[in-house]
Amino acid sequence: MHQATIINLSYLIASVLFILGLKGLTHPRTAVRGNLTAAIAMLIAVVVTLLDQNIVGFKVIIAGIILGGAIGMVLAVKIQMTDIPQLVALFNGFGGGASVFVAGAALIEVSVKTKNPELHLTVATAVSGLVGAVTFWGSFIAFGKLQGLKFANDVRFSGQQLVNALCALSAVGAALLVIYNPSSVIFYWLLVIVGSVLGVLTVIPIGGADMPVVIALLNSYSGLAAAATGFVLGNNILIIAGSLVGASGMILSSIMCKAMNRSLGNVLFGVLEPTAETASADEVYAGKVKSTSADEAAMLFDDARRVVFVPGYGMAVAQAQHAVRDLTDLLESKDIEVEFAVHPVAGRMPGHMNVLLAEADISYDKLKEMDDINPTFQQTDVSIVLGANDVVNPVARTDPKSVIAGMPILDVDKSRTVIVIKRSLSPGFAGIPNPLFAMDNTLMLFGDAKKVLLDLITAVKES
Amino acid sequence: MEIFVTALTIFMLAVFVGFEIITKIPPTLHTPLMSGSNAISGITLVGAILSAGSQHTILTTMLGFIALVLATINVVGGFLVTNRMLAMFKKKK
Repeated sequence: MHQATIINLSYLIASVLFILGLKGLTHPRTAVRGNLTAAIAMLIAVVVTLLDQNIVGFKVIIAGIILGGAIGMVLAVKIQMTDIPQLVALFNGFGGGASVFVAGAALIEVSVKTKNPELHLTVATAVSGLVGAVTFWGSFIAFGKLQGLKFANDVRFSGQQLVNALCALSAVGAALLVIYNPSSVIFYWLLVIVGSVLGVLTVIPIGGADMPVVIALLNSYSGLAAAATGFVLGNNILIIAGSLVGASGMILSSIMCKAMNRSLGNVLFGVLEPTAETASADEVYAGKVKSTSADEAAMLFDDARRVVFVPGYGMAVAQAQHAVRDLTDLLESKDIEVEFAVHPVAGRMPGHMNVLLAEADISYDKLKEMDDINPTFQQTDVSIVLGANDVVNPVARTDPKSVIAGMPILDVDKSRTVIVIKRSLSPGFAGIPNPLFAMDNTLMLFGDAKKVLLDLITAVKES
Repeated sequence: MEIFVTALTIFMLAVFVGFEIITKIPPTLHTPLMSGSNAISGITLVGAILSAGSQHTILTTMLGFIALVLATINVVGGFLVTNRMLAMFKKKK
């Protein structure tokens, strides 16, 4: 058999394994095997590529793989589960960066070999360079924001949209230069620079709570950049694997947007600002907020039969997931049914809360989706809101003029008693007060989530 | 042009396969899905091997090498951290 045939057949096998691997992720039971399947597919693709007759220098390849492999391994093993969002952002960026350099190298080779490469090649190169650069720098900024680094603080200025639009137009212009002057490689690097600026500018104004959308979108871009590189090299495995990831990221970003009742454009370019009619914090809270102590709150569990936790980003910040597990075990030992209500955009990336709760050994069948758990709040004795705010704000249902109007929320206000564990009455990302905190059946437990939970555990044990 | 049309066909079909599978993945696994699919997007590694290994010019080899390191971090780190996360998802009896 011809060498190229062997390589392409192996790529076909790898593609099938990638698809089967993703399919494994449809259930927690099969997910570990699914991930392993995808890793094996990658290994097959890499090993078989080494058979390519154009490859003459193996030293460079081995050196690169050892260096990259070691860095990747250390990062993956050392990272704390609460920091997963920034790690994923970082890896994402690296994938995009790799596409930029591979497409660049391919363009240099092509421009030496032929004066007039085919149009589809140059278009793919331009797409790969642009999307790759946006992915790299966008992810880098997202990483900085999630890590809390100063350089990535939200920057907003008037005329920002105009600047971004001009930058996007220049990117298109630079892409056209690459497409019609493929022999001048300098235009490619110009395109990469413009793409880098665009990546920084589009992500820098976006606030923390919108990060799930941004990460999902950048994930999609990194896949599309890989697929575009596949078009440049005429390589099927890059096209297939890249487009699978592109599709995955697109679906996730659309799920996240729906969960906030906002369009993608609004997340990327819009600004959440409280409308003039928004009630002030004083109007909502004055004289109505009841603060309680751990001992008092513990008494609520005496005659409770069903308790629901509503985790939010505050749980991640306080690293409170293990304390949550301990309280859960304690309540279950008193024959109380405990479940978890996870809002799709709780945390900083899709599924963030689920990973943290899984880390704390909480069985995944207790983690309920919004649509499944909402009808059960009426039969819930105590709901414990843990560092979540906007996703439990009933204003989304009641006030059509609110900035979060129409956003699907967790209906905790319908449960018999609500305990809100929170540092202060400060507003969430939407910047509006939450009438839930002032409701008759709500008790506030102010403090750090982990400390408050530990106090609660002690109080429940003593009662 | 023929090659391009074939490639486009493969691309479109793969996107649809992706849509079909990904919509079936439960929200509980969305974070591992992201990091796992992220590792898959490191498939650019294959392209990086070709650029670094063909040693066309010193410049392309260098570009290939950088791409190789970045893509390998993406692939190795991505699959490992996904495995770490997925191993935590357990059902208690």
